[in-house]
Amino acid sequence: MITLESRAGRITRIAALGLWLVLTLFPLYWIVVTAFKPTSDIYRFPLEYWPSTFSMENFAGLFSRANFGTYLVNSLIIATVSAAIVTVISLLSGYIIARFEFRARGAVILAFLVTQMIPAFIALGPLYQLMVTLGLVNDRTGLVFVYIAMCIPFSTIMLRGFFENVPDALEEAAMIDGCSRIGALFRILVPVMTPGIVAAFIFNFVSCWNELFLSVTLLTSDANKTVPTALNGFITSYNIDWGSMSAAAVLTIVPTMVMFAFASKYIVQGLTAGAVKG
Amino acid sequence: MPSPAPAIERRTAVPASLVPPSGGEATRRRREFSRRRALTIAAFLAPAVAFVTLFTYYPMFSGVFGAFRNWSIYNIENQSWVGLANFETILADGLFWKTIGNTVLWVVGSLVPQFVIGFALALWLRRRFRFRGVYQALIFFPWAVSGFLIGILFRWMFNGEFGVVNDLLMKTGLIDTPLPWLADPALAMPAIIVANVWYGVTFFAIMILAALQSVPDELYEAAALDGTTKARALWHVTIPYIRTTLTLIVLLRVIWIFNFPDLIFGMTGGGPAGQTHIVTTYMIEITQQGDYGRASALGILVLVVLMVFASFYLLATRERKEARR
Repeated sequence: MITLESRAGRITRIAALGLWLVLTLFPLYWIVVTAFKPTSDIYRFPLEYWPSTFSMENFAGLFSRANFGTYLVNSLIIATVSAAIVTVISLLSGYIIARFEFRARGAVILAFLVTQMIPAFIALGPLYQLMVTLGLVNDRTGLVFVYIAMCIPFSTIMLRGFFENVPDALEEAAMIDGCSRIGALFRILVPVMTPGIVAAFIFNFVSCWNELFLSVTLLTSDANKTVPTALNGFITSYNIDWGSMSAAAVLTIVPTMVMFAFASKYIVQGLTAGAVKG
Repeated sequence: MPSPAPAIERRTAVPASLVPPSGGEATRRRREFSRRRALTIAAFLAPAVAFVTLFTYYPMFSGVFGAFRNWSIYNIENQSWVGLANFETILADGLFWKTIGNTVLWVVGSLVPQFVIGFALALWLRRRFRFRGVYQALIFFPWAVSGFLIGILFRWMFNGEFGVVNDLLMKTGLIDTPLPWLADPALAMPAIIVANVWYGVTFFAIMILAALQSVPDELYEAAALDGTTKARALWHVTIPYIRTTLTLIVLLRVIWIFNFPDLIFGMTGGGPAGQTHIVTTYMIEITQQGDYGRASALGILVLVVLMVFASFYLLATRERKEARR
């Protein structure tokens, strides 16, 4: 309900929202500023809140001294392939859970919900050994398999919510006209749900792009490393080179931020549905 | 001009499956139909179930057995049964008890401020304003970033020598000399909690806003007619109405914060000297040392705690579903 707001109330509200916005964006601002400072300015007092000289040396160093290009390509391939496969698989499973009543339905939903509460890293050791058995250690394909499994439950729950917003009559009509079930799903439902599916893809992509513990455990050679694994490598030494680290962080954050900005509305919808509907 | 006849024909012709057949034919058809339906369900679900079973549940269950074995990466061929020895090692480990205390501090210390600030933001965001959509998208940005990277951003800001936090605190005169935030155990714990509060507020703000928007206006109108003040309306109308949703959000957050080693991993790596480890970061460190048996035993303890919270969560979901019926 919208009531009249006093002048003081209005000022408090705007000030509070403004303050939180500044606090939210400051860490991002600070890492970007650091990334563009020459090394000598990063470690010098007084701190500069706006760089007096802009420099690209940190970014250039990432590609000349470290194989950052390789890591970016690895991350891009792994995240794209995993997210694409997950999205297709969970379209199928989300559809079934949204549209059919069957005996194992409750058990499947429960099994998926439970994985949301138990983190993937709880069984890193056993997972590593499983991958040894399958011959998939230090293999990007192996990591893709693990990421698919990691993303399926949430993606399914999210897409199920979007299916439930589409009336059944749509695909029933198509099937009476002689369309097969899978045909109705991909030719009738998918076009209607495109924004939701894109959001699910983006969410899956970002989860895989950001994932650390599984990739650190399963990828051992430098040529296979993903971006988070490489960032982790930057840390383990006692002296962190904050110029390179900031530049690498900026390159990691920017793509996901852009993607999220486009899909945030649908991701919020999916999250509220996933978290609160159950 | 194409003749419209076929379309009309198709619409008038009843599909064979809809014609009521007679006797044994009907039973056969029905059986055929339910067999095909079961087949569709199984085929569509199979890929999802197969991946989750093999790569999520299988390692989890083999981890449960691994907790009772001497299972080390350096002696992988020779896995002897050791009973409860791994658990005994953990319980005798001083650092383990330290991590328990830290975990409680981490969960409660992060959750309460996140909830309070998130609730306030949600209330302030309820009123429409011109750039509300843009505002929500902007404060949503931390979510596009991994917890690990957030940890790195804050590690740099809390840097003892060139960190911006010290600089700002000194400029405002709150401290005179730079503080070694992440090198001093007494300061490192508050620092990682500050970072986590910052990260989690948006989740609460957005979830609580969604809940607030579900409260029907009529309730407020009735309250306003009775001359209720805003604060009383919030306490007596809004909060009771969204109580179960709030419980769900809080439980889910407890689980997620408990399961959130990423930020600590990026910010302190559990240091200095293990003083900022929570149970999950400690477990990951033991895994990385190659002692899978001990890590699995710790994993079981984590699982037990999670199961308790998860069952509360699932019970709350059920309660709400029934309340809605």
